[in-house]
Amino acid sequence: MKPFDYIRADSTTHATRAAGQGANFIAGGTNLLDLMKLEVMAPHKLVDINRLDLHQITEVDGGLRIGALVSNSDLAADMTVRKQYPVLSEALLAGASGQLRNKATTGGNLLQRTRCYYFYDTAMPCNKREPGTGCQAMEGATRLHAILGTSDACIASHPSDMAVAMRLLDAVVEIESAGGAVRSVPLSEFYRLPGQTPHIETVLEPSDLIIAVTLPAPAKGAQTYRKVRDRASYAFAMVSVAARVQMDEGTITDAALAFGGIGSQPWRNPAVEKALIGQKPSPELFAKAADILLADAKPQKDNAFKVPLTRRTLIATLKELCGKDAA
Amino acid sequence: MNAHLKMDKPDDRNRLDDMAQGLLGTAMDRPEGPLKVTGTATYAHEAHQPGMLHGVLVRATIARGTLDGVEAAAVEKMPGVRKVMWGDKFLRNPAQGTANKAPVQGSSEIYYIGQPVALVVADSFEAARHGAQSLELRMTAGTAVPDAKADGVAVERPEKKQSSMGDLKAAMQDAAFTVDQRYTTPGHNSAPMEPHSAIAWWDGDQLTLHASNQMLKYNVNEVADSLGIDPENVHLLAPYVGGGFGSKLGISPDAVAAALAAKELGVPVSVMLTRQQVFENVMRRSETAQDFQLAADKDGVLRGIGHTARVSQLPDESFAEPVTQATPFLYKGENRETHMEIVRVNQTCAGSVRAPGEAVGLTALEIAMDELAVATGIDPVELRKRNIPDRSPGEDKPFSSHKLAEALDDGAAIFGWADRKKGATDGEWLIGYGMSSAARVNMIGESHARVTLNPDGTLLIETDMTDIGTGTYAILTQIAGEMLGVPQDRIETRLGDSKLPKSAGSGGSWGASSAGSSVYMACEKLRQTIAAKLNCDEGDLTLKDGTATFANKQTPLTDLVGDAPMVVEGAIEPGKTQKDFRQATFGSFFCEVGVNSVTGEVRLRRMHGSFAAGRILNAKTARSQCLGGMTFGIGMALTEELIQDTRDGHLVNHDLAEYHIPVNADVPQLSVNFIAERDPYANPMQAKGIGELGICGAGAAIINAIYDATGVRVRDLPATMDKILPGLPDV
Repeated sequence: MKPFDYIRADSTTHATRAAGQGANFIAGGTNLLDLMKLEVMAPHKLVDINRLDLHQITEVDGGLRIGALVSNSDLAADMTVRKQYPVLSEALLAGASGQLRNKATTGGNLLQRTRCYYFYDTAMPCNKREPGTGCQAMEGATRLHAILGTSDACIASHPSDMAVAMRLLDAVVEIESAGGAVRSVPLSEFYRLPGQTPHIETVLEPSDLIIAVTLPAPAKGAQTYRKVRDRASYAFAMVSVAARVQMDEGTITDAALAFGGIGSQPWRNPAVEKALIGQKPSPELFAKAADILLADAKPQKDNAFKVPLTRRTLIATLKELCGKDAA
Repeated sequence: MNAHLKMDKPDDRNRLDDMAQGLLGTAMDRPEGPLKVTGTATYAHEAHQPGMLHGVLVRATIARGTLDGVEAAAVEKMPGVRKVMWGDKFLRNPAQGTANKAPVQGSSEIYYIGQPVALVVADSFEAARHGAQSLELRMTAGTAVPDAKADGVAVERPEKKQSSMGDLKAAMQDAAFTVDQRYTTPGHNSAPMEPHSAIAWWDGDQLTLHASNQMLKYNVNEVADSLGIDPENVHLLAPYVGGGFGSKLGISPDAVAAALAAKELGVPVSVMLTRQQVFENVMRRSETAQDFQLAADKDGVLRGIGHTARVSQLPDESFAEPVTQATPFLYKGENRETHMEIVRVNQTCAGSVRAPGEAVGLTALEIAMDELAVATGIDPVELRKRNIPDRSPGEDKPFSSHKLAEALDDGAAIFGWADRKKGATDGEWLIGYGMSSAARVNMIGESHARVTLNPDGTLLIETDMTDIGTGTYAILTQIAGEMLGVPQDRIETRLGDSKLPKSAGSGGSWGASSAGSSVYMACEKLRQTIAAKLNCDEGDLTLKDGTATFANKQTPLTDLVGDAPMVVEGAIEPGKTQKDFRQATFGSFFCEVGVNSVTGEVRLRRMHGSFAAGRILNAKTARSQCLGGMTFGIGMALTEELIQDTRDGHLVNHDLAEYHIPVNADVPQLSVNFIAERDPYANPMQAKGIGELGICGAGAAIINAIYDATGVRVRDLPATMDKILPGLPDV
């Protein structure tokens, strides 16, 4: 771990002013500290935001405003979340372990880094860790890697469960910049595709601080989060599906689908949802949805199974949510 | 006084059954348990010394080549850094179990990515690690063999590891039923909770090492040979070891690096491996490719077994995963071919990991046996019973004791094997049932212990034996307490100090039998001494709760000891009963799995093991050993896999996030039952090793259950979802 300066922020203004190029905010630190020990990340300064007043969950305009420092455990256990946004609670509880969820925060979870083996090993080339050095994962060990939204510079997957559910729920990220201006960015516009700059993962500027995540009023329909993984707990998703489907008299009137474990970011494809809405559920319809989702999939040797796995998991999830009408 | 036994003939007196204390065999709590659960037991890295510095090893980042120099000056200028070291004495890899001498040494030749080639010493661990991460190595790349499975890789077939009997080819041709398949298992890491670490300090030419080791008698010589010093000058301390699983049988690079640095800098130095270094520097279990040929007659009785196993290893290391170890004795068959093949690769050194040999070899055999059961239509339990031999067929030796049939019947009854339902489902989950046999070779090693009966009636047991979490403190206490009629609270057991009488150490499931027998021998001599004072035969003496009873007369032990303590050194060594008889432990596994019909995820639902391992010394620690073994079996079957990048041989998943040992949620209710057994050929306690039996074949029961559930036969472990998906019906 490289020596670094440590500043404990007492206000968001203080925090954003203290931050900047080469600095990192630290909240739970569950990912950042590991990365710093390995020197995958080596900030010269840490701005500790844990004392900031960002721990509340409040109901706003029929929706929910979640402070950036609300822990994953608290968010998963919140009664409103459990009742109105059960997919979020399920996703949170599917991630990490109890100890990690106690420390991990809402804002931090959105920013967790990939679990690509090569990103974690500083002896290996990695465009995400050291821009321009190349991607050693390509043609290498790729079980964990993405099949959607990748580029020839990076095939890393986004590891979060929470962010997949947030993506489904049309969450909006509240960001405070240096100087105090606050802007709202929908999660759909928050992450950037890797392209040739996989080291730039979000639209955040160096001093930007996530202060809250807001959820719109709960949409109608049944929700579920299904995570497929190599062991029963404490493993990242091979694929996960966050889904919401509303049925009316045998017809799908609304649908939303987001995916983890397969995308370079929490993945959502509006064309898949559009294909479902207004249709009667059938095996053919579900197969068509899977076809649309996976049309552009670019698997590697080790993760080619994610194509059939995603297809099957999506179809089973849709069957479950559409009920027995699904045939 | 001394008492020495060479185990040349069976001891079927079963003397321990005659004792009165009632301590042995009970589920006595570990005497050191409170220290461990309160965090006050001093593990290797915790014996901090005044003025101690911290060292962190630096890894080579090429698979083969030379280290031409290191940019030491830049790092030595960093805050807190004291010294950068490298050189001829650095260990390339750990010593193999019972090596008793230094492994390959030297920084200048690089053999694998992760080889520890230099050490950075600093005031703090953090500064040392930062220095280690910053150190630039000047390396020249050579030609590496990174992939054991590459086409055209050179294969060694050592003459001693090939054997033939009869005519297997003809047996296969004449067989009513055959199995002819290849099974593969990936590399495994021992993954002990406590990373390998050592604190070294010198007093003149006397070296003291507080380390994490399994076998001090050998480790002292390995340290001395590595440093070029007299073994008399090495004092090793390992009172508590946080898991070994084979990885601490021999010394690891941290110990020698710490000793070198402490000498150079004149202060105590601590070197602890990081989790990633534990994976890269310490032993891996080799991956295996195993070709099995089974030839059976119309009744399912084996007439021939062929087993050819290919493993990999670094150059200049003689250890080869003994994959075929159980094949010669487990089942019938007069026509046999057993062959080992070794490929030299530039990867982390291969060595002993959790039951070397049977863990992977028996697992493959037991999957093959399930395939034979399917082919013949014979119940897999019945098939195995039909194939239990009277003598070890591949070795032409009698068995010392053989309880496989009993273990199969017992396990089947407890599990409810006969009541299993074919084709059961639970929602999306396809339910299946599987079973396998368990077997593990049994042995002892020469072992010494000193037992002191003090004038106040307390007992002191001393040996350099280690407790690697297995329960040694408990069982030695129990053996002595039982033999001498002394309650637990009046017994102290001291372990893990190389100045104490030399034991066999912990490993190969031989620790309890070996160290325990040496304590037994000392206690038997003490009983004879006490009997002589009472003018009676030792056999007529009853010792209980500190009192000697003979002919209805009770005498406190304290009255018999006198003013000076009574001290006996007991010793055991293997003899003819080990050479002339096939000694082994046996057992059976039964399990129920669920396979998700959508995703191919496999979750174990319940599992039972019945085991025969001679006399059980502590019901709780023995059961825990078996639970641990079965948990390893879950990992082997479903998740554990070292992933090497085939382009450079480097270990990709070198931490516990990505190397998937089972977590609690993967381990359902497991049950264990022991079969009553006394094996007089094993040792005077009639006890056998229990440490490894629980993993030997366990994974096969799960793989066989997956087949039962889905019809998918996984022959390439672990059975991850990608291997099962193609065989599942459409959703």
